[in-house]
Amino acid sequence: MKNIIEIRDLVKKYDSKFKLEIDDLKIPSGCIIGLIGENGAGKTTLIKSILNIISIDEGNIKIFDKDYQKYDSIIKENIGVVLDNMFFPELLNISDINKVMKDIYRSWDEELFKKYIKRFDLPINKPLKAMSKGMRKKLEIITAISHHPKLLILDEPTSGLDPVVRNEVLDMFLDFIQDEEHTILLSTHITSDLEHIADKIIFINNGQVILNNTRDDILDNYGILKCDINEFDKVSKDDIISYKKNKYNYEILVKDILKLSKKYKDFVIDKITLEELMLLMIKGEK
Amino acid sequence: MRVIISNSSPVPIYEQIKNTIINQIMADELCENEPLASIRSLAQDIKISVMTIKKAYDELEEEGYIISVQGKGTFVAPKNIELARENAQKDIENHISKIVDIAHEFNIEKKDIIETIDIFYGEK
Repeated sequence: MKNIIEIRDLVKKYDSKFKLEIDDLKIPSGCIIGLIGENGAGKTTLIKSILNIISIDEGNIKIFDKDYQKYDSIIKENIGVVLDNMFFPELLNISDINKVMKDIYRSWDEELFKKYIKRFDLPINKPLKAMSKGMRKKLEIITAISHHPKLLILDEPTSGLDPVVRNEVLDMFLDFIQDEEHTILLSTHITSDLEHIADKIIFINNGQVILNNTRDDILDNYGILKCDINEFDKVSKDDIISYKKNKYNYEILVKDILKLSKKYKDFVIDKITLEELMLLMIKGEK
Repeated sequence: MRVIISNSSPVPIYEQIKNTIINQIMADELCENEPLASIRSLAQDIKISVMTIKKAYDELEEEGYIISVQGKGTFVAPKNIELARENAQKDIENHISKIVDIAHEFNIEKKDIIETIDIFYGEK
């Protein structure tokens, strides 16, 4: 699989407190990549760095195999973006936006835009400020994909949306990657959205990539071993990635559950969700 | 072709997909040369990651159940009872090797294991 984004030795500092540091990160094309992590972990900083919205202190980024600054405008023609806050003036309506976008992108596909607007039943003549949050988010995503980008980058696209709308949005993503050359990079803290549809998960904590693997490798391999207070000593320290001590039991993050479920037959080893993995990796004791 | 995935099952999703397709081929619900859903359309339909389905299809192809033709899609391979037996044999060997590992680890004797197998045969 080809890489659509390659990042090397990236450093971005904000004052003395926060530093995003990524030595080597490759985003393969043709799939959905989920960026997860706490608020303030560096997800948005990474996305804004890739988009050349903020300047990085060190390192280089290649998108479509091209230097991201030198070829900024060519690259941008092929990227669709949805950031946290809407960038359209509130008084515009959907047909205004269509006109604006036609001028911005050479490859703007009015037909496709209208098709999606119709499919999601969005009001064409209402100003943005009169639309619900869900409608706006759908509009933003439709706008981001209607110039046929190869790469879609979204920062928290599903936050604040109800399950029905979230599901529709995920459908749009799956629709988008029906083309094998299309790639989606999205950040989210609603990890359940990614549990099934993301091909790869990149977990950022404290400005560092602490996990970068396929969905299957993560969710089929990691698990939670549960035991009571007295049994904790029976679990080999080498098998413990991190753990959380509760009042009546321990929850231990373990890897290679197939092997361990044989080694620790008397213990319960559950499959893990991304959320549990995140919590135990960030907050668990080592 | 039908695919039903259980989220609560401890069996990895790619394996569930694989097993359900194998079962349908063995039960003649999927016949020779019948086209399977494309990886991406199946991904969209059952809302499972593309790589997960690709992994299932890749293994199915490797094991000879399906054939993918560049640019045309994926099809059910001619049914091969021999092959199915071979795969089952491999599967059994894998399980036995695990049994032996555990036995060694806990010093369980071979005759006890054979006895256990006999009991299971008797039961089923």
